[in-house]
Amino acid sequence: MSAMKEFTKGFIKENPVFIMALGLCPTLAVTSSVENALGMGFAATFVLVASNIFISLLKNFIPSQVRIPAYIVVIASFVTIVDMVMHAFLPPLHAKLGLFIPLIVVNCIILGRAEAFASKNNVYKSILDGLGMGLGFTFSLTILGVIREILGAGQLLGFNVLPSSYQPMLVAILAPGAFFTLGFIMAVINLVKKK
Amino acid sequence: MEFLSRIFTIAIASIFVQNYVLSRFLGLCPYIGVSKKLDSAAGMGMAVIFVMTLASTFTWLIHNYILVPLGIEYLQTIAFILTIASLVQFVEMAIQKMAPALYKSLGVFLPLITTNCAVLGVAILNIQSTWPNGDKFNFIYSVLQGFFAGVGFTFVLVLMAGIRERLDKAEVPESMKGMPISFIVAGCMALAFLGFAGLKF
Repeated sequence: MSAMKEFTKGFIKENPVFIMALGLCPTLAVTSSVENALGMGFAATFVLVASNIFISLLKNFIPSQVRIPAYIVVIASFVTIVDMVMHAFLPPLHAKLGLFIPLIVVNCIILGRAEAFASKNNVYKSILDGLGMGLGFTFSLTILGVIREILGAGQLLGFNVLPSSYQPMLVAILAPGAFFTLGFIMAVINLVKKK
Repeated sequence: MEFLSRIFTIAIASIFVQNYVLSRFLGLCPYIGVSKKLDSAAGMGMAVIFVMTLASTFTWLIHNYILVPLGIEYLQTIAFILTIASLVQFVEMAIQKMAPALYKSLGVFLPLITTNCAVLGVAILNIQSTWPNGDKFNFIYSVLQGFFAGVGFTFVLVLMAGIRERLDKAEVPESMKGMPISFIVAGCMALAFLGFAGLKF
């Protein structure tokens, strides 16, 4: 039961984006379409799970004074792997996400989970935690991506979903739309929580 | 003359047209997290300008004199984040020893800057940026881009803090209080900055 809890807490209760407001830069920058959102989400999930495994295995060998630089090196190595693999196999997605792939290193969700969870728990729990948080992150990115792509382009994953008489609200896929969408989603969550 | 006009282009581009926070989405965590009070926003801004300028200097040198000659550009991410992390640590120790008064006002913000993605972002952009004729940014332009990126960050951070101090006294619907209204305000600011996109030189 507790294992299930480690996995599901990332979706709603401790959702990294909507509840804890972590990892905001990629959240807002890459959610102009669902495809980018999914790509970013899975890349971050892979890094999160892999670095959680390693940090959990190494937790007894890393002196606590230098733990943050050590975590950063582990995370940066996996980010470099993701960067190179994406560049080789998914060049169009790599070009679209651009700068934000190397910037997964400084995504506070990953360092946060390493420090708060993986450095204190065993490998099995750390994998579940990483997977849950990563998929929670992907889930939030996808929600934002769906809303912005439908409003801003009338499309979903590149297919038209709204009648052609719909005038796309271009602002939704531009920078301000990202801030507005996230603000309104957070307000709705607050509203639901109160009830 | 070309030198001056290029500097001017870098300044306008990093502060207004492609503002690091509002149009490139870099450094949002401190933008939302440290903008509750005007004086702490100004302190954070100063620390970021300082670190960004230094980080641009060192990462450009490391990339062009160590990574490129050895043919290991693919280690860029690791090399840059380690440079920035150690730089922040050294700056913190140096300021603490040499200028205790400055340390009192900037000290608390320095550790936070390591995970500010705008610093790593500007370091990588310095390497990737080119002029319209295909030239890469040289050392001086990279350092200046770092400096002006910091200025642009500070500019919107201080504006945001000013707005949020007033928001405290405004009547905001219950469920919009705190984070949601901050994002709506940020959206309005981004909308205003979108107007600069038309600037051409």
